[in-house]
Amino acid sequence: MKVSLFLTCTADLLYPASALACVRVLEALGVEVDFPRLQTCCGQPWLNTGHPDGARRLALHFLEIFENADTVVAISSSCADTVRNHYADLFPDSPELRYRMEAVGKRTFEFCEYLYKILKLRSIPAHPRSCATTYHSSCRTLRGIGLRGVAEGYLARMFGDDFIPLSESETCCGFGGSFSIKLPEISGRLMADKLRNIEATGASQVTTLDLSCLTHLAAGAERLGLGRIRFLHLAELMADVVTK
Amino acid sequence: MHERPHNFRIASASAVTDEVLRAAIRKTADSLLSRRASCTADYPGFEELRDWGRSRKLEVSGRLEQYAREFADRVEAAGGKVHFARDAAEAVAIIVRLARERGARTAVKSKSMTAEEISLNEALSRAGVTVTETDLGEFIIQLAGERPSHVLAPAIHRNRAQIAELFHQTIGTPTDLDVKDLVRAARAALRQRFLTADLGITGGNFAVAETGTLVLVTNEGNGRMTTSLPPVHIAVVGIDKIIPRISDLPGFLTLLTRSASGQPISSYVSIITGPRKQGEEEGPEELHVVLLDNGRSPLARGPFREILHCLHCGACLNHCPVYRAVGGHAYESVYPGPMGDVLSPLLWGMETYPDLPDACTLCGRCAEACPVRIPLPEYHRKLRILRARGQVRLTLAAGVSAAAAANPSLYRTGLGILRQILIDGRELFNGESIGAMENWMICRNPPRPRKGPAFRAWWRERERKRS
Repeated sequence: MKVSLFLTCTADLLYPASALACVRVLEALGVEVDFPRLQTCCGQPWLNTGHPDGARRLALHFLEIFENADTVVAISSSCADTVRNHYADLFPDSPELRYRMEAVGKRTFEFCEYLYKILKLRSIPAHPRSCATTYHSSCRTLRGIGLRGVAEGYLARMFGDDFIPLSESETCCGFGGSFSIKLPEISGRLMADKLRNIEATGASQVTTLDLSCLTHLAAGAERLGLGRIRFLHLAELMADVVTK
Repeated sequence: MHERPHNFRIASASAVTDEVLRAAIRKTADSLLSRRASCTADYPGFEELRDWGRSRKLEVSGRLEQYAREFADRVEAAGGKVHFARDAAEAVAIIVRLARERGARTAVKSKSMTAEEISLNEALSRAGVTVTETDLGEFIIQLAGERPSHVLAPAIHRNRAQIAELFHQTIGTPTDLDVKDLVRAARAALRQRFLTADLGITGGNFAVAETGTLVLVTNEGNGRMTTSLPPVHIAVVGIDKIIPRISDLPGFLTLLTRSASGQPISSYVSIITGPRKQGEEEGPEELHVVLLDNGRSPLARGPFREILHCLHCGACLNHCPVYRAVGGHAYESVYPGPMGDVLSPLLWGMETYPDLPDACTLCGRCAEACPVRIPLPEYHRKLRILRARGQVRLTLAAGVSAAAAANPSLYRTGLGILRQILIDGRELFNGESIGAMENWMICRNPPRPRKGPAFRAWWRERERKRS
């Protein structure tokens, strides 16, 4: 098994430890990981703000980098969703590009999705340092790539009763990319609701598969004096288990 | 319908901190959406029914004019009269003329968003006709002098205590009535109005082309009284409400009531074909259907065609995090929530509603709930593209930033600088913050890069050690 890692700009900028953990987990599971160094961003910021020309540019760059990869593993759900579910539609007038974008999209997976669907990972040992943990499911994980219950299943195995599901888990955290700065008061309201639900679980760590929600929630928690809560990518907790 | 450009941030500023408002909206919206969830889960084949609904609606939106013509012919064959209205002004003029010709002084009205769309109540009242809203929610907001804040539950923004106080102030009921007594009080106030009204005004949930049948879905029975007691019934119906055949009705009713209120069927479904016929004992002497276009025909030919498929069930509103946070009035349009974000700029112009395409986190819950699978998040994206065409500087900046981001070395350099600023230059964000960060900082601290080496440096080092 060989995969090419799609770092994503958020991990590149803010969460190198999440990316490192992904590599460790994949390698511990016998996967050979390649990191194409000329990769950049998936283009989502342009796609979602009405600039399809910009998005096309990044999509073409992604294609150039990853077209020959067997499998692409992305560290964030929304980036995997962009590549898989939106790239082809950016090229309505070119059947050839549509086809190639669809092809690379079909081979692109979010990290946890890859473990579950391709590696068929079903069981995972208990975490060595169990503590109250919850999970933010993220809209793009649920409704973008359509992954439900998978991360929760791994967390239940790793943390047993210490895994506490989040209430209102289908509800958006209020990030929404440009939404977070265009309508910051509403974004902050939704964020506060999400953080209140997180607080109510009593968890000391929150995990997710989407690093952009993570950025927003962690920065908001710091502002609201909830700095004691750690925000982590699921891979970081899995890395503790598979590489201990 | 809105004079200055709508500014969503300003219009929602007071709502976003109003805990009472939020609690009222959440209470009703949660009850509607949980009933919807169980009511759709226990209907086998609901997902296939959604596909079917979409395909039937595609059939109609593909031949809107033909179906409108067929519907009109059938209504007239059944003894009714159809008036085509190109826009709101025409529709209002037709209805005011009908009222004047009949010397009408009073009208009872069953809930209609289409009538709201054309501001019918204001026009009739200027023409000397007293209009009484007979749907409980509409009755409440009419007493309060407000606009509906939800397409299904117009008074969703008010809680019981506020309504009890309103009734006390306006119709003189005792203070602090419970829900049952509030309903009783409204019924008592309305009964006489029904019996004496000169006109009954309704919308229409469905208009069946094949038979010229108008279908009204209500839960309070007010729709039936409105269409049977007054001598004249006037229905205002958007041409998008047409469905091809009477055999399509059960499927659409199922989609509508299960999605809207989580009911297998509403308490009342009025199926009206023509006015009272000879020998019949009930029904109005005259039936007029005002078929409203108001910008719908061009939509059917464009990239937002499926927004015309909307059943006005309100499920997208109930599921929308933004709507739930601020309520309907902040949208300053008849149509709030996700369907309104799309419809308002299309019907009344992007220059009037420039912010609504942004009133969406692209979370996708609306699309999951929509009974006819309107691609609402995708439409928000498309509207942002339309809007960007008028923003030259922004488009230029987007082009430059995309070119830089697609250039590996520029991308790496830029990201590296930003990372260093976020690690070592955090004091830059204290006090006077800059640009986009200013808005970010309203509710958050600057993003904090996780400790440890940058991934690319770590990878490079590892490769070096390996070779």
